Amino acid sequence: MPTLVKWTGADAELAEDPFTAVDDDQTLPRGDVIISLTRFQAEGEQLLSEGRKIGVRVEADEAVEALAYDLPRIAVVALVFPKFRDGRAYSAARLLRQRFGYEGQVRAVGDVLREQAHFMIRCGFDAFEPADGSGPTDWAHVAARFRHVYQRAADDRTPAFLERQG
Amino acid sequence: MYRYDEIDRAILTDRVAEFREQATRRLAGLITEDQFKPIRLMNGLYLQLHAYMLRIAIPYGALTSAKLRKLAYIARTYDKGYGHFTTRTNLQLHWIKLRDAPDILEHLAEVELHSIQTSGNCIRNLTADPHAGATADEVDDPRVWAEAIRQWSTFHPEFSFLPRKFKIAVTAAATDRAAIKVYDIGLRLHRAEDGELGFEVLVGGGLGRTPYLGSTIRKHLPTRHLLSYLQAILRVYNRAGRRDNAWKARIKILVSSLGAEEFARQVEEEWEREPRDGVDLPDEELARIRAAFAPQGFETLPPVSAAFQSAKANDRAFARFARHNVKPHKVPGYAIVDVSLKAPGETPGDCSADQMDVVADLAERFSHDEVRVSYEQNLILPHVKLDDVPQVYAELEAAGLATPNIGLISDIIACPGLDYCALANARAIPIAQDIAKRFADPERAEVVGELKIKISGCINACGHHHVGHIGILGVDKKGEEFYQLTLGGSGAEDAEVGKMLGPALPADKVADAVEQLVEVYMRERAEGERFLDTFRRTGMSPFKEAVYADAR
Repeated sequence: MPTLVKWTGADAELAEDPFTAVDDDQTLPRGDVIISLTRFQAEGEQLLSEGRKIGVRVEADEAVEALAYDLPRIAVVALVFPKFRDGRAYSAARLLRQRFGYEGQVRAVGDVLREQAHFMIRCGFDAFEPADGSGPTDWAHVAARFRHVYQRAADDRTPAFLERQG
Repeated sequence: MYRYDEIDRAILTDRVAEFREQATRRLAGLITEDQFKPIRLMNGLYLQLHAYMLRIAIPYGALTSAKLRKLAYIARTYDKGYGHFTTRTNLQLHWIKLRDAPDILEHLAEVELHSIQTSGNCIRNLTADPHAGATADEVDDPRVWAEAIRQWSTFHPEFSFLPRKFKIAVTAAATDRAAIKVYDIGLRLHRAEDGELGFEVLVGGGLGRTPYLGSTIRKHLPTRHLLSYLQAILRVYNRAGRRDNAWKARIKILVSSLGAEEFARQVEEEWEREPRDGVDLPDEELARIRAAFAPQGFETLPPVSAAFQSAKANDRAFARFARHNVKPHKVPGYAIVDVSLKAPGETPGDCSADQMDVVADLAERFSHDEVRVSYEQNLILPHVKLDDVPQVYAELEAAGLATPNIGLISDIIACPGLDYCALANARAIPIAQDIAKRFADPERAEVVGELKIKISGCINACGHHHVGHIGILGVDKKGEEFYQLTLGGSGAEDAEVGKMLGPALPADKVADAVEQLVEVYMRERAEGERFLDTFRRTGMSPFKEAVYADAR
């Protein structure tokens, strides 16, 4: 089971992951699962009626808008970073949080590196599956690097232009 | 001039600490070069042919004497005693050691400078009209908006991993000194018919292997919505721009494949859907930034200076300098003075540490402490009293900085080319030196008049060759350096991409060809025509015939 790092809003901690990530060609195990958007669209209704918690994996080239209507029923949206340099998921996370008001878990999966902690948290991610062997201490460290920020994003940090107004 | 407050300073201090920690991990072998590469690139540190190159951002090309002195100090202490000003108004130091980089960043931070976002697929350092705050033909000071964008784009959490690098240029004048049509986003401040200040927004310009001029996607954007509109453009690009092929990943390719109209529609739709509060700056913050750029310390002077006039009358060399390097200022009795970094035989854009100190001193004594960098790789003293111009000239002259060639044939743009750059196919600097030497006689250069030569050592076009009146592109033919010439380009308000002259020429024929092109122009030109105007009238054939006559 991959390490799951969770962001609590002030700190990072190691968490048990109750979800099993399932590929499209795998048989579904029991319990809570994270499945692809395609599979969710085909089987989601059935799985939800079984009383399981469902997470949906959204690839970088898929639009989160496709999930908008189902968001209240989804426990986790796992946004994929095929490479750390592929920044589409940052936009996707902000849309989930700020446009659709999604309150479930937004998880970073794929090529997820500690150096990106600050950007990810600011865009609304609150769970991470690090691909570089990093743990909660590393994530907390990077997340705390900057005492001030210039922009409003999906987190609750006050941008510089408002701090200046006191 | 904008000065950092506590918050700006803290952000920069935190960045320096972060990089020191990362570099220490690398030097201790705790991370590999592969893992370190993206980290150092985020701090403008490239590994080039011979050493590390550090690219220092000069936001909107604005320097103070303290900043320039610090750059001189760094060039002297950590490099070989000189630096290279680039077409993006950055300063590059080409002989840096990794172990010195954290100290250099700390020195830079002391004077509010840094290398943040000078590389990587993020929003890069901004460029703006280098005459901002000094020229009479601007409707507003573009630096206010450039500074607003600087802050908004710094460590932007959503837009730090775009499909490709992203460059923004701002001008507020009718004369385009910032090349806004060849930028990913070009912003032109203007007033609408009802007097409201707004931006014309151009998107999708760019050079490189597929040159495009930007398309206007909005004729008038009220200034207060600048940042929310930029956010909409960047979001559409971040989500839809190609990531499968680095050569097709710039926004120009997206705009061209969707069509400017469809791209504009998507931006407008995104912009309409997103709340603007919290993105657009509140009036108080805009007022704070604006106040930092308010004109200060100008004296009430007569528009004509006796000292300036008499120096012109008595010294032909000064008179020539005044014709080419001195531009009108919006305040009577003041002038904008161009400092040429294009002395014939020297490397275009290079400036020694001693020269930087000279310019810094002049800025402090004669130019309200301000210096600008232009994308044409020269420096500018923006606020000099006409009375003081003769003195400034004398001191520039003594430092080899008074070449009277601004806009003339020897004022050549050139990238560092194969002498430094790992991407280059051919050298650019020796070609520039050859040409400049042929036209070293200032009288001859003056007779030829405005002629912009731009040289790139490879298709990435850092030397803007596509928009040179004469563009020169270095190519590699079976291990030999060849040069492809283009004619008729312009990066100004009459922007155009140049057209290919003919087959590429070997290095030793390039300066000859330029001389032949100039001869054709001199023969064909009508009264008042620049090289560009004559070319546009006559077309390619007379030029082509002259250069390739021998080959037939």
